[in-house]
Amino acid sequence: MSNTHHPVSEVATESVHDVPANAAEIASHAGAYLKVGAALLVLTGVTVGLSYVDFGSRDMNIVVGLLVATVKAALVAAIFMHLKGEKITIWRFLIMTAVFAAGLFFLTFLAHSDPISGTSHATH
Amino acid sequence: MANHLSKYLPLFTDAEVPHTVQARPDTGLYSAKLGIWLFLASEVMLFGGLFSAYIFLRIGAEPGYWPSGLLNVPVGTMNTAVLIVSSVTVVFAWAALKMRQLAKYKLYMLVTILCGIIFLTVKLSYEWPAKFNHFGVFIKKESAAKYEEFLGNKHLADSGQPPRWEITGHLLDAPKGSKYTEQAEHNAEHFAHETGRHDAVTPAEDDFVVQVDAINANPSDKDNDRPHFWPRPMSTKLAVISVKDVESASVFAPRHSTYFATYFLITGLHGLHVLGGILVFLYLWLPLPGGTGLYRSNPEHLANRVEVAGLFWHFVDLVWIFVFPIFYLL
Repeated sequence: MSNTHHPVSEVATESVHDVPANAAEIASHAGAYLKVGAALLVLTGVTVGLSYVDFGSRDMNIVVGLLVATVKAALVAAIFMHLKGEKITIWRFLIMTAVFAAGLFFLTFLAHSDPISGTSHATH
Repeated sequence: MANHLSKYLPLFTDAEVPHTVQARPDTGLYSAKLGIWLFLASEVMLFGGLFSAYIFLRIGAEPGYWPSGLLNVPVGTMNTAVLIVSSVTVVFAWAALKMRQLAKYKLYMLVTILCGIIFLTVKLSYEWPAKFNHFGVFIKKESAAKYEEFLGNKHLADSGQPPRWEITGHLLDAPKGSKYTEQAEHNAEHFAHETGRHDAVTPAEDDFVVQVDAINANPSDKDNDRPHFWPRPMSTKLAVISVKDVESASVFAPRHSTYFATYFLITGLHGLHVLGGILVFLYLWLPLPGGTGLYRSNPEHLANRVEVAGLFWHFVDLVWIFVFPIFYLL
C-alpha cells in the first residue's frame, strides 16, 4: 500500500520500460479479439440478412434487428472495452448512466403517451 | 496568473501528473480511464437524447411518412465492416504497446487511422452528396389519385400496407423561381445525354419533372413491397407534378422530412466523433512528445493513452452498431 504514495517517476523509471507482467495474458487475448471482430462482421451480415426476412410486420423486424444490434454492442463493450473484469468503480458509473438513460427514454414515452390529458399539441 | 493556472492545470507545468500509470489506490484505476468513462457516460446521454428524438418522431409519424429503402445498404454495410475492423486494430495497437512492440503498434494504429478516413470519405464524398442530389415530392392527399400510377395506393391498401405519398428521383425541371433550378438543369442535361431524350423540360412554369426511382415507376409491383439490398437503377419514367398538388418538395436534406433530419443530425454527430478519434489517433501515432515520443520515456503511459482513446473509438463503433440498422435497414 505504501509504495502507491511514491511519485510516479520514482517507481516508474525502473518498471515502465519492461514488458509488463501481464504481457503474456494480453498476448493470449489477441485470439479472442480476432474472434470477436469476426463475430461482429458475421452479425452485421445477419442484421442485414434478417432485415429482408418478413417477420410478419415491420415492428417485428425492428425488434429482431435491435436484438442483434444489442448482442453486437454487448460484445464490443465486454471484450473490446474490457468491461468484462473491469473495476467496480466503472461499473457503478455505468449503472447510474443506465438509470439516467432509462429515465430519458421514459420521458420520451411520457411525451408520446401523454398521460396528463390536454397537454399534447400533437395533432396525431 | 501562470501560478494560478499551474495550480489547477498540470498541463502548463513540468510537474508530474499523478496516476497516469499507477492506479489510484481508492479507485484501482489510472485517472484517465476514470475520466474517459465519465465522458462516455455523458456521451450516452447525448446520443440517448437524439435516439429518443428519433423514436418520438418515428412513432408520431403519420402512416406513409416514415420512408424506408432510401439509403444505400451495401455501402452502409461496408462502412460498418470498416469500423469493426478498426476496433480490432486499435485493441491490437494497444496490446502491441503492452508487449513493447513499437513497430507493430505503429502499423496497427496506421490501419486504424486509415479505416477512420475511409469511413468518413465514403460518408462525405459519396453517401451525403448522393442524397443532396436526390429529390422527393410529397403529394397532397386530395391530389394523390392523379398520381396513382406513381404511388400505387390501391395496391398498398389492398395488401394492408401503409399508403405512399411521395414521388422520389432526380429532379429534371423545377417550377419557375425554384432554388433547385440549377440542379434540375444539370440533371436534365445528364438525362438527355444518357437517354437521348429531350422531353424532360416542360414549357409549363409550375411543374416539377422527376425522373422517378424504380419504386415509383412500378409502385403496384409486389416486388417493391419490401426493401432490396442492392439499390435498383433509376427508371427513365418521368413524373410531371403540378405545384398545386405538392405538399412539400425538397432534396434529401434535413429539411426534407423528420427521417432525414434525424439521419443527418445523428450521422453528422457520429461523423464528428469519428473525425475526433482520427485526430487523437494521429497525435498518438506521430513522433510528438505526447505521441510515440512518449514511448522512450514512458511506454506504459503511451499504452494507457492508446487504451483511453481506444475506449472512445469503441464507443463510436458501438453507436454506429445502432445507427446502421435504424436508418438503413429497419
